[in-house]
Amino acid sequence: MYKYDHIDQKIVDERVNQYQNQLDRYLNKELSDEEFRPLRLQNGLYIQRHAPMLRVAIPYGLLSSNQLFKLADIADKYDRGYGHFSTRQNIQFNWPKLEDSPNILRALAEVEMHAIQTSGNCIRNITTDQFAGVTHDEIIDPRHIAEILRQWSTFHPEFALLPRKFKIAITGSKKDRALVQCHDIGLEFFTNKNNKMAIKVWVGGGLGRTPMIGSVIKDELQWEHILTYCEAILRVYNLYGRRDNIFKARIKILVKSLGIEAFKKLVEDEWKYIKDGPNTINTEELERVGGYFSEPNYKKNIESNLKDYENEKAFTQWLSKCTNTHKKKGYRAVTFSLKATGNAPGDASSSQMRAVANLSEEYSFGEIRVSHEQNLILADVQEDKLYELWVKAKKHHLITPNIGLLTDIICCPGGDFCSLANAKSIPIAQSIQELFNDMDYLHDIGNLNINISGCMNACGHHHVGHIGILGVDKDGSEWYQVTLGGNQGNFASIGKVIGPSFSAEEMPFIVKKIIEVYLNNRQEEELFIDCVSRIGLEPFKNYIYKESEVSE
Amino acid sequence: MRSQLIKGRNIVKDDWITAELAKAEQIVRMQAGRVVAFKLSGEDYPTNEQVSKTIFPKKGKIILPLKVFILHQEKLRGRLANEEIGIWFSTHEEIHKFIKAIGDLNNFPLIAIHVERFSDGRIFSIGNQLRNKYKFKNELRAFGDILKDQIFFLKRSGFNSYLIREDRDSLDAIKGLDDFSEPYQGASDISNPVWRRIKR
Repeated sequence: MYKYDHIDQKIVDERVNQYQNQLDRYLNKELSDEEFRPLRLQNGLYIQRHAPMLRVAIPYGLLSSNQLFKLADIADKYDRGYGHFSTRQNIQFNWPKLEDSPNILRALAEVEMHAIQTSGNCIRNITTDQFAGVTHDEIIDPRHIAEILRQWSTFHPEFALLPRKFKIAITGSKKDRALVQCHDIGLEFFTNKNNKMAIKVWVGGGLGRTPMIGSVIKDELQWEHILTYCEAILRVYNLYGRRDNIFKARIKILVKSLGIEAFKKLVEDEWKYIKDGPNTINTEELERVGGYFSEPNYKKNIESNLKDYENEKAFTQWLSKCTNTHKKKGYRAVTFSLKATGNAPGDASSSQMRAVANLSEEYSFGEIRVSHEQNLILADVQEDKLYELWVKAKKHHLITPNIGLLTDIICCPGGDFCSLANAKSIPIAQSIQELFNDMDYLHDIGNLNINISGCMNACGHHHVGHIGILGVDKDGSEWYQVTLGGNQGNFASIGKVIGPSFSAEEMPFIVKKIIEVYLNNRQEEELFIDCVSRIGLEPFKNYIYKESEVSE
Repeated sequence: MRSQLIKGRNIVKDDWITAELAKAEQIVRMQAGRVVAFKLSGEDYPTNEQVSKTIFPKKGKIILPLKVFILHQEKLRGRLANEEIGIWFSTHEEIHKFIKAIGDLNNFPLIAIHVERFSDGRIFSIGNQLRNKYKFKNELRAFGDILKDQIFFLKRSGFNSYLIREDRDSLDAIKGLDDFSEPYQGASDISNPVWRRIKR
C-alpha cells in the first residue's frame, strides 16, 4: 500500500500544527464560532449531540494493521472503546473532547493518517472499489489513480472553500462497486478501441436532498488529463455553484440548471487553458505511485481443503456469502460483517479492531479494507486457511454470514448521535435484524440491500437501497418513508416512494410485508431488485396499505 | 498603529486609497429560511445608480470599483498612464464580461478582489484566472474578510498582497503564509506539482 515519504509526512505534521493554532485561537476567543466552523470542519470535527465527532480519513478505504491498531488505541484512550466505519470508507469517533482533538491528530500522524478534508465544503476522501487489485475484470487498479487524486486534492488552494462538499469516486473495473454515477465526479475506466486506457467522466450525480444519477460529461478522456479535467470542472463549480442556498449548492443542481451541454462548454473553455499543463500526469508518475500497490508475495499451488468442511453448514453459509473470488487461484477476499444483530451497523469495538488487525497480519499481508457497505475486508486469504480464519474470527463476532443479505444493512449514525438527523436509524436497523434472525430464511430471500438514513443528507445512501428507509420529522415525531427499487452499480437507479410513512414500531413488519410480496411473486431464482423492476410498486402498495386499513 | 497590509512577505504601509461604492439600499433576501450571505455570480450589483453616484479623490493613487472605472475611463487616461489607478471588484462580478470594456489588464498596477465572507472561495478561482487566463502580472490584492487562514491559499492562487481584516493582527496573520512548506499540486505560484519539483 502507499507509504508516506518525507513530503507526505511533512504536510500531515504541518497540518497538525496549523490546526492546533486554530483551536488555540478559538479557545482564546480570537476566532468566533462562525469563523472556527469551516476550519474545524475541514478537519473532520463536527459538534454533535453528545460531544464533537471526529471523522478520520481512510484514503480509498485501505488500512495497514498498524493503522488499525492505532485506531483501536484512540478508541480506548479518547473515546468509549469503539468507532463507526462510514459509507465514505472513513472511521468516526463519537465521543472525543474538543481539547483532545490535536492529540488525536498527532497520534494519527504517527501512522500516516489524518482527518484532512473529511468534512466541510472541500474535496472529500476519494473512494473506490473495496476489491481493488484482486478482481478479475480490472482495467487499472483504481488505487493508483485514487492516490494521485488524493495528493492533488489535499489542500488544493483553489478548492478550499467550495459552495458545498465534493465527492469523487473511481472504478477501475467493468463492474462498478464504487457508485460512480452517484458522485459529484465519477471516473469510470475502460479500454478504448486502440486498446489504451481511458476514462468516462460522470458529473453531477449524488444522493442527499435531491437524488440524481450523474450525466456523462466526457465519453473518453485520456487518463493523462485526469487532474486538469477535474480542475476545470471544479473551477466552473467554484465560480458558479450556488452559495445562496445550502440545499441547492451541490454541483448536481448547477449541472441540472445549466444543462449538461452548457455546463460542458464552460468546462471545456476552462480546460483549454490548462490542458497539457504541469499537472498533466505522465507514465513515470503513474508507475511511481502504482509501484506502492504492487502484488504481495502470493503463494503458488495452494491446495484447497474446502471440501473437508462441506457438511459444516455454518461455515459453508459464511463461505458463500462472505468470501469473494480472487484473481489468483487459491485465494479469496474475506468480508467480516459489522452487521451482527444487536450491533450498530458499521460499529467495531477496539477489541474487534485489534482482532482484525492481528488476523490481517496472520492471513492477509497485514492489510485491511473498509467497504462503503461498512464492513471490513481481508483481500488476500489462502483458501486452505479459510476454515482456520473462520474459527478465530468467530470469537470476535465477525462471521455473521449476511453479506449482501437483508440484514447487511447500510446505516448512518442517525438521531442517536448526529445533530442533523430527523430520526434515529440504528434502532430501526436493529429491529429489522431481530425480526429476520433465521439464517435459512435470509439465505432464501437472497441478495437484498436495505439502506437507512436518518435525514435527507442520505449518509446511509437510502436512495440506492433496494429497500430505502428515510427518517422524516412530522410534527416533532419520527416517521419513516420507504422507497423501493433503488440500485447501485452499473445500472444505478433511485428508489421510488411507496406511500405515506410509518412509525418506528411498524418498520420491521413493513419490511416483512415487502418480503412476502416478493416471495409470492418471484420467478425461480429472481432477485428481489429484478422482481421489483418486473412487477412494479403496485402489488407492494396494495398489500401494505390495504392490509393496514383493514387492521385499523 | 501597525499597517494591516501584507505585501509579499512584509507588512507595508498602504499607499493606495480604496474608493468605496455609493451606499445603496440593502435588500435582505432569504433562501431556505436563512438570510442570503452571498451574491450569485453574474448578479447585477452594484447598480448603475450606485456607480454613477460614487465619488472618488481627484488626486493620488486610488483603487476604483471596476464599473466606476469603466464609467469614467476617458477622463482617467492620464492618471492610468501615471500608474495612479487600480481597480477592484467583488467575487460575484465576472471579469470576462468587462474585459472588452477595459482592455489590457496589465495597464493597472493593481487589481484588488473584495471578499465579503471568509467562506467565499470564489476569490481563489478568480485569482487563478487573472494570472493564468488573463496573464495579469502586477499586484493582486485580497481585501475584505481576510484572515490568517486564507492567505496561504490566496498566495497559491496568485495573490501577492493581503489586507488583513481590521480587528486582526497582521503580524500574526503573516505566519499563515508558511502553513505548508511543500505543497502537492501545481498552482498559480508554483506551477509544477511536487513530483516534478523533487525526486520522490
